[in-house]
Amino acid sequence: PPAHSRNDWIGPPDKHSNLRPVIFYVPPEESPLERRLREARQEAQACDQRFWARHNRAFRQEKEEFIYSRLKAKGLEMRDETGQKATLNAEEMADFYKDFLSKNFRKHMQYNRDWYKRNFTITFLMGQVALVRALRWLRWKKKNV
Amino acid sequence: GLFVWHLKKTGIRQVPCQFVHLCHVANDRLITFQYFNFLKRMYVTQYNKDLSQRAKPKSDSIVSPFRELQQLDQEKKVIHKIRPVPPVHQPLSETSSRNELREVKSAAETADSVTPVRAESKDDRQWKEIKLRLDDLPGILARLSKIKLTALVVSTASAGFAMAPVPFDLTCFLLASLGTGLASCAANSINQFFEVPFDSNMNRTKNRPLVRGQISPLLAVCFAASCGVPGIALLTLGVNPLTGALGAFNIFLYTCCYTPMKRMSIANTWVGAVVGAIPPVMGWTAATGSLDAGALLLGGILYSWQFPHFNALSWGLREDYSRGGYCMMSVTHPALCRRVALRHCLALIGLSTVAPVLDITTWTFPIISLPINLYISYLGFRFYRDADRSSSRKLFFCSLWHLPMLLLVMFTCKKSFLEKEDKGDLLGGNHGRAMEIRLP
Repeated sequence: PPAHSRNDWIGPPDKHSNLRPVIFYVPPEESPLERRLREARQEAQACDQRFWARHNRAFRQEKEEFIYSRLKAKGLEMRDETGQKATLNAEEMADFYKDFLSKNFRKHMQYNRDWYKRNFTITFLMGQVALVRALRWLRWKKKNV
Repeated sequence: GLFVWHLKKTGIRQVPCQFVHLCHVANDRLITFQYFNFLKRMYVTQYNKDLSQRAKPKSDSIVSPFRELQQLDQEKKVIHKIRPVPPVHQPLSETSSRNELREVKSAAETADSVTPVRAESKDDRQWKEIKLRLDDLPGILARLSKIKLTALVVSTASAGFAMAPVPFDLTCFLLASLGTGLASCAANSINQFFEVPFDSNMNRTKNRPLVRGQISPLLAVCFAASCGVPGIALLTLGVNPLTGALGAFNIFLYTCCYTPMKRMSIANTWVGAVVGAIPPVMGWTAATGSLDAGALLLGGILYSWQFPHFNALSWGLREDYSRGGYCMMSVTHPALCRRVALRHCLALIGLSTVAPVLDITTWTFPIISLPINLYISYLGFRFYRDADRSSSRKLFFCSLWHLPMLLLVMFTCKKSFLEKEDKGDLLGGNHGRAMEIRLP
């Protein structure tokens, strides 16, 4: 993002976590409330990034391992004659999906709780910041009238 | 007179060419036809479920119209070519740039669509400034409120209103529809607000406004409040308190029960089905002011319909659900998933038979609706037996036209409330009355 910009910038989805990173603009006259908001958002972003990158990586890895073990059981190689990667069909993969979901259930429960808490806090802070800014603007308008 | 829909579906993966033929008797049926057209286009172009959804209209992500339509991964890059008789809505192509499409006419040629698709994916790779542009806002809010799903929810509520055995009151009808629509927008927005990181990780939902940073969470919540509060107030004060209470309850059910439950237990599907069933009940109570058997029957029909619709849709999304941490029957209890879908297809036959018993429709309704109910049950059976991609898709696509058709047939077989005194020409009377109550 350009250096002169006064806004936050959001980027393309991350390769691992599929989340879009945000670069926050730090205004020179940032109030403590605004700083709290920005830091909360940065921390939330980092948490989410960590969780999903790790989770997706685990998914991909376990999926590969599952395919490999199933193919081996069937007596096939990972790649066939044409060099194409051998895959299992949806019905065979269904066992893996079910397994993966149940294995990660507690992890998701924990993440859900954290995510809801962070989401509410950040939105509430945003509300506070917006209110303060609105009042400030109204006061400025009254002064200039 | 019934609508005759002639759908030719060619190849589900590639660009499906939807050629719609319509033979309609009365001109004013064009409105309902346009609804269907819209429905078809919506289904073909954009599949996102959670409204799929299982989304319920009140933004339930249950089956469409109530649920968000889920996007099948394969459909991602498919451009849909639809040639409706009267072009009403622009086709929505998941992959095409939304802003560009807004101005494009309904029939988008494949060739044209390819370039916008590439443009958008390139667009996606760049860093964007988080700044709210006022001219983008309507589009963003439309996507935030899942406007198409909302429209379908409102149409089921209208169906409920139309089926109520009372004289048609236009103001009441409009107020009820508006209130329901606003409530649905609110519920949908809150749902998206709650699900940002999960939506980013699922193919179907990764282009939502909050995920892309096009709108801030604060604004989304304010929008939801500014839709929900007036919507429920309108229903409570402008229609009747019962409808308002149902609306508020449905919003609560969708946002605070269904949405969190999606990640906790497979029971979310049943909750979602209730969310989808409530709008027609609301339509009925708006017209009559009370919850009678008719309202519950209509709700029951919609409740049952949700299952074949959603379960078939979720069958193709198992990978995304598993990775995203969503507890859905199709992932954890696949046999149950198929069994439930079949069970409810059969329930639809039963419910259609109950309708004349409750004096809502004439006996022609179960007879005329039997073919379509049998067909969907047959597809449900095939899905149950084969459990594969093609049978799930067939069932899903069938459910898309099955519901509008069923509601339409129900409406044309509606038992006129005056009929009880005037046992004259039954069908003729029905049609006559049906024409009067046609939507403007």
